[in-house]
Amino acid sequence: MNLNSIDPLDEAQALLLSPGGLDLEALDTGLGHAMGPGIDFADLFFQRNWQESWSLEDGEVKNAGYHIDGGVGVRAQAGEKTGFAYSNQITADALRETGATASGIARSGARLAPQPVIRLTYPERYAGRDPLTELSAEEKVAMLQEADRVARAVDPAVSQVSVSLSGEFDVVMVRASDGTLAADIRPLVRFNVSVIASRNGRRERGSAGGGGRFSMAKLKQDGVAERYAKEAVRQALVNLEAVDAPAGQLPVVLGNGWPGVLLHEAVGHGLEGDFNRKGSSAFAGKMGQQVAARGVTVVDDGTLSNMRGSMSVDDEGTPSQCTPLIEDGKLTGYMQDKLNARLMGMAPTGNARRESYAHTVMPRMTNTYMLGGQHEPEEIIKSVKRGLYAVSFGGGQVDITSGKFVFSASEAYMIEDGRITTPVKGATLIGNGPDVMGKISMIGNDMALDTGIGVCGKEGQSVPVGVGQPTLKVDEITIGGTAV
Amino acid sequence: MSQAFDAQAQQRVLESRVERVLEYARRQGADACEIGASIHQGTEVSVRLGEVETLELARDQGIGITVYLGQRKGSASTSDDSEQSLKDAVEKACAIARYTGEDKATGLADAELMATDIPDLGLHYSWDISPDQAIDLAMRCEQAGRDIEGISNSEGATLSTSEGVNVYANSHGFIGSQLGSRHSLSCMLIGRDEQGMQRDYDYTSERDPSRLRAPEDVGRCAAERTLKRLGAGRPDTGRMPVLFDPRMASGLVGHLLNSIAGGALYRDSSFLCDALGASLFPDWFTLGERPREFGASASAAFDSEGVYTRDNDYIESGRLASYMLSSYSARRLNMSTTGNAGGARNVRIEAPLKPLEALLEEMGRGVIVTELMGQGVNTVTGDYSRGAAGFWVENGKIVRPVEEFTIAGNLSDMYAGLVGVGNDIDRRGSIHTGSWLINDMMVVG
Repeated sequence: MNLNSIDPLDEAQALLLSPGGLDLEALDTGLGHAMGPGIDFADLFFQRNWQESWSLEDGEVKNAGYHIDGGVGVRAQAGEKTGFAYSNQITADALRETGATASGIARSGARLAPQPVIRLTYPERYAGRDPLTELSAEEKVAMLQEADRVARAVDPAVSQVSVSLSGEFDVVMVRASDGTLAADIRPLVRFNVSVIASRNGRRERGSAGGGGRFSMAKLKQDGVAERYAKEAVRQALVNLEAVDAPAGQLPVVLGNGWPGVLLHEAVGHGLEGDFNRKGSSAFAGKMGQQVAARGVTVVDDGTLSNMRGSMSVDDEGTPSQCTPLIEDGKLTGYMQDKLNARLMGMAPTGNARRESYAHTVMPRMTNTYMLGGQHEPEEIIKSVKRGLYAVSFGGGQVDITSGKFVFSASEAYMIEDGRITTPVKGATLIGNGPDVMGKISMIGNDMALDTGIGVCGKEGQSVPVGVGQPTLKVDEITIGGTAV
Repeated sequence: MSQAFDAQAQQRVLESRVERVLEYARRQGADACEIGASIHQGTEVSVRLGEVETLELARDQGIGITVYLGQRKGSASTSDDSEQSLKDAVEKACAIARYTGEDKATGLADAELMATDIPDLGLHYSWDISPDQAIDLAMRCEQAGRDIEGISNSEGATLSTSEGVNVYANSHGFIGSQLGSRHSLSCMLIGRDEQGMQRDYDYTSERDPSRLRAPEDVGRCAAERTLKRLGAGRPDTGRMPVLFDPRMASGLVGHLLNSIAGGALYRDSSFLCDALGASLFPDWFTLGERPREFGASASAAFDSEGVYTRDNDYIESGRLASYMLSSYSARRLNMSTTGNAGGARNVRIEAPLKPLEALLEEMGRGVIVTELMGQGVNTVTGDYSRGAAGFWVENGKIVRPVEEFTIAGNLSDMYAGLVGVGNDIDRRGSIHTGSWLINDMMVVG
């Protein structure tokens, strides 16, 4: 497939600028409005987003919807100050008004001219084509119905099946006063199955899903309807047998893939540039120091093909990259946007992200994962006398200042005498980032990325992210169960 | 703030827009249609360490359209208010509806349930404040907190103002508009000791800006909350009473509401399926909503499908007296809507309220929880396991701050084990409650 023959900048211009009668020269004029007296940096972020969602319950597609949004967000910066305004019109008038408003953050000083465009070339990290149109409506409905049929056929205990298919076609373009001009055409799709299984008066949920930056047609080719339906039922049936989780400090073996949410919470947020510039992160001032056990290497990588957290360029037009955060246990990098990089004397790392044109930029994770080690997963399980084996998580949260973080298991088992035994109910695990990272004693050789379900929230903004890790052993972590 | 917002003019614009969209839907062959449209405008300023950090002007608008073709349903939404986009959205909704399945329960709420009296509930107060004045208030707030000894750093103070209009209309001929405002000031500060850093925050939030707390008070309270957390250790492990402070207790009310919401019930996804009439709480406890309370944060005369709102008691003398239903979930359950499309509004508790000291006395030895972390609440089973921070209590007195521990139990046992409710009621959100003392949970420190 050669989908990249159209320059994303040409396509973005056609979709974003032409309808409102704008061209690239008009952007220079727009930047001029934002570069008021005393402003040392400004950028214009154009976006148009088409979303489609389908959901099935009781064996029928109960709802289907479209959502269309778009506009321009304008930032003007003076030192550490940012002025921000946006409009859902992409017109010359809107650029004049939002530019004047944003530049009000500074009122005096020199008026600088925007730099002429410096053309960058950057590889595209996914197929830049509308992901919604490659399947017909009938094919989409058929996928939902297939998942329902498969789930109900697995076990009579399955009493409810909810299936959803969603996708978006997101076109963005950035023009900044530092000469940046870049565009990105980002597909994003997701398929999800959630089931309730009931037996002997007890009910449990199981869910599974995945997706990424590709088309709905690929979801179909990959057979996700059957795979996630079976996986959701399997998890619900396991949970029907689960006993109370243990309470106390025990060794924990984390499965590969999605349990990488550990890294996202324990170290990821704490290494975002804004918190470190402000000194509010528990990792502030620790560059070069040992913050995890030897052998632990963690990277943030926005360049992975088709991954949910990947971007060809970030929301400031910086090409994405693979940034080492922790190498052999030592802190070696932060994730940066332009503002925090400039104020810290570092380089941007392609981590500038925003939920939409109506939100301002922050340094955020893309795909964050730990590199694999030497141990066979079985060997790691065998090394535990009594502990927990956690393979799926509902999500996590961190207090970046105290370093305390939690993540909540949704599928876990006891390990007894080196063997996986009884399933246990979901429980929250809590620890302190640097502490827990220091207690990683075995790293598996089975590094895997998650299936494409992560949503990260920060200061009220949600963005899609990826996580990954090999099977890991943490020597001790607090498990919030109820069984003593 | 700097751009005036003429709410009445915006209301007229939206009302005429939804009328036109209803007409487009009729022409496209929709048998029924409902529309929600809104415009909100606001300003937000943030200061940090005595300097302005951000100044944001927001103006959000959107329209959501649902069409029904017989018993099939499709929806579309857009932020673009051009006539062409509105027509396209209606067309898209009609086109996609043809691929959905027949659903006997789908459709508008019954016409006779539409709200007929829409009183002024006192929900809209403009705030004529310049950016400089807003910056000044935020500066004073942060400075008052930073002036307190022990505060070493700041995440800043933020002042935000917002006002707007929501309009809902449907093809029964119902059209209702609500103006509203929300103004708030918040501050988050950092303290440090040899053990590390802690942060905490405080805020004030009102529809009427004249009711906001003094900025200095918010800053000082944020500082005090932060400093109290320094030097935290771990609590003992074991079964013990747990006191949820008012902010955290409102979360327990939220889990209850999620579990009695129609959507969870007809999907067989709640630990309270088939629990109507069952005794869930002690008999001295009653909980309900007061959706028409004048000036309250979540007041509304009609719900999000136009149905009139009324007082509902969900828990009456400890028993589950009512579910929380929209007309769709009600039809699925062979019941009647309770006017709760869009959720519960202004949740209030009736119970003998006790001073915090009396609750701590009753607790003896245990933990106070002032912060909860993570998503460890499973409303399908009621299983509850979350990360927490707070204070350790011995002999009815707060002894020291604690952190990095978990509390776990099951919501059924926790609700049944409610021993007392505090008189320290937090009135800032839609749920008003004081502290909750739960008799017995597993604490792992």
